[in-house]
Amino acid sequence: MLTIEHFLTVGALLFCLGLVIALSKRNAIGVLMGIELMLNSVNLTLIAFSRFSGGLVDTSALHNKDFPPEIGGHAFVAFVITVAAAEAAVALALAVSVYRNRQTVEVDQLDLLKL
Amino acid sequence: MTELFAAATGEVPGISEAVLWAIIVAPLAAFVAITLYVRHLPKIAGYLSITAIAASFVLSLITLVDVLGAGGGVAIHSYEWFQAGPVEFALGVRIDGLTAVMLVVVSSVSLLVQVYSQGYMEGDPGYGRYYAYMSLFITAMLGLVLADNLFMLFIFWELVGLSSYLLIGFWFHKPSAAAAAKKAFIVTRIGDLGLLAAILLIWTRHETFAIHEIHDLVISGALAGTTLTLFGLGLFAGAVGKSAQFPLHVWLPDAMEGPTPVSALIHAATMVAAGVYLMARFFPVIEASPQALDTVGWIGAATVIVGASLALVQTDLKRVLAYSTISQLGYMMLALGVFGYAVAVFHLFTHAFFKALLFLGSGSVNHATNTFDMRRMGGLRTVMPITFWTFLIGTLSLSGVFPLAGFWSKDEILLEAWVNDRALYVVAAVASFVTALYMFRAIFMTFFGEYKGGEPVDHEDEDSHFHGDPAHPHESSWVMTVPLLVLTAGAIAAGWWGWGKEFQHFVDAAVPEGVLHKAPNFSYWIAITSSIIAVAGIGTAWAIYHRRLISADDIRKTAFPIAAVLERKFFLDDLYERAFAINIFQRGWNRLVEQFDTLAVDGSVNGVGWVGQQSSRVLRHAQTGQVQLYGAGIAAGVFIVAIIVFIANPL
Repeated sequence: MLTIEHFLTVGALLFCLGLVIALSKRNAIGVLMGIELMLNSVNLTLIAFSRFSGGLVDTSALHNKDFPPEIGGHAFVAFVITVAAAEAAVALALAVSVYRNRQTVEVDQLDLLKL
Repeated sequence: MTELFAAATGEVPGISEAVLWAIIVAPLAAFVAITLYVRHLPKIAGYLSITAIAASFVLSLITLVDVLGAGGGVAIHSYEWFQAGPVEFALGVRIDGLTAVMLVVVSSVSLLVQVYSQGYMEGDPGYGRYYAYMSLFITAMLGLVLADNLFMLFIFWELVGLSSYLLIGFWFHKPSAAAAAKKAFIVTRIGDLGLLAAILLIWTRHETFAIHEIHDLVISGALAGTTLTLFGLGLFAGAVGKSAQFPLHVWLPDAMEGPTPVSALIHAATMVAAGVYLMARFFPVIEASPQALDTVGWIGAATVIVGASLALVQTDLKRVLAYSTISQLGYMMLALGVFGYAVAVFHLFTHAFFKALLFLGSGSVNHATNTFDMRRMGGLRTVMPITFWTFLIGTLSLSGVFPLAGFWSKDEILLEAWVNDRALYVVAAVASFVTALYMFRAIFMTFFGEYKGGEPVDHEDEDSHFHGDPAHPHESSWVMTVPLLVLTAGAIAAGWWGWGKEFQHFVDAAVPEGVLHKAPNFSYWIAITSSIIAVAGIGTAWAIYHRRLISADDIRKTAFPIAAVLERKFFLDDLYERAFAINIFQRGWNRLVEQFDTLAVDGSVNGVGWVGQQSSRVLRHAQTGQVQLYGAGIAAGVFIVAIIVFIANPL
């Protein structure tokens, strides 16, 4: 039997993996990939909470207007995926733009604001 | 809200309230109009101001006649102005015998001085400004005497001080005039502090500013003991500053830097009398406190002596008159100190006329000779007959010669002093001799002997607008001589009002019944003695300064220490300047404050900047520009928070 702990453990491991990648990769594309991983680990966690807090999709519940089913977590995840896609598009465009200007996307070299 | 209090005759003044307000508003309107519109049209400014004050004068006369008809009853018209918490401020006018007399004195002398100024100030670049300030002063002075409560009185009191400052410093490009204006303002401010303290005291203890309520408090005994004495002394401190009493008299002689008509109106006839008016207005207060009464009497006596003795050694005609004014104001205070409330007001009334006359006369002399230095005058008797005769009559009146105005009022002061305090009588009598001596010294030096040529006109001096020829002095024009003649009539006849105690009964009615001591009856003995003293003073002056039977220089050499002390003005100016102004304030207090400013105030401001600078020097190393380092910081922060939450809420 899969319990919520299994899902949360996988989610936490994925999140830590993504965090380490985002903080340690020098290449901006790599950092972006780390961030995507973190977002998706969160998605997994959200889905798990939604599923285990009584949000099971019950066909009879769909027709009960007074007690709508608990699908908030599912809807949230759909939004996150959409926003993450948009964000990835913008971030990649930025990476391309930065590369054209600086001939590099190494994040430790992008330090113009440093005194 | 209108309250009426009947006089002994059972009548109250029926004068319309609108008339009383109009008396204040007319000169105020002139001031506003001149300031805003016609400052650069000198002739019109002058006519406007004179018209306004003439209107005030006519209304004041109507008021006086009405109050006379009512035998001096009291009418108060008061309105709530605003309320600040529990404090209620009122605007109101009070009319009674005392106010009516003051109104007529102020407005009549002002009117004559304004007319005279047309001649004296002719061609001055600040002519319009002069009339604006004068109108402001007259507004303030009329408001001061009409005010029905202490707070409103204080406002006008300060306004009077302000216009005095502006007019003393009228020729502000002269450093001496600017300094004199500042000195007058600061020295009177010391006294005003006492007045303010008295106002605060009466408010905190009895929650009222109204004059008649304060009178009632004294009569009912609710205001008594130490509070009463402190209140009386606070008021007196204000009067000491404003009326140039010893030891704050030092500003008045310097105030002579202003134009002469200003000296005549403000620093002789009216404003300096405001202190005496204040003490008269609150006479029940000081009368109920023996300590306050003695203080008033003896400060007055000291002032009489100081003023008279310093007048003896002056060579500047205006300064002789200034010290004479101080001395006469001392007489008024002395009179108050011996229960002579009505007598003090009477002397204020007569003094206004003859002292204004003398000042305007000195201005007329200055117009002919371009100087106030008596050593450069002489022999003006024949070339300036009107000025000479009017000046002579003013001098005789001041010396107390029968039957001129000064005789009646001074005689009554001596009488009150004789009945109530013999020591003060001796002071007053001695000063009376000195008064006659210094005034006739001035007469002989100015109008007799040979003409010494005056002060040559300095054509290089652009500020000078002197038109005449000092080498050939001439009589002044009619705008200057007519006021002299009118004031001479006052200097002769003003005292006759006192005959049969008429003036006294009239003014006494302004004070609640049962307060005043009964005035002593006229005494031939006192009158004859005072006349002999005056004539002796005149004779001594004649012997020393005209016939030169005794040499003035010999006297000076014999009495060298005294002369030296007098010429240094009792070292008071030195004391104030060296000890107070320079050592205590400039070197002591100012330096202390400066140190506090540099170290504490500036130090704390600079310290805040220093802390910011130093901490940023350290903290800026954290800002590497490495976004991943920031991310690590955020992650570490979240981790720490998570641990704290976990410790606080274990599973």
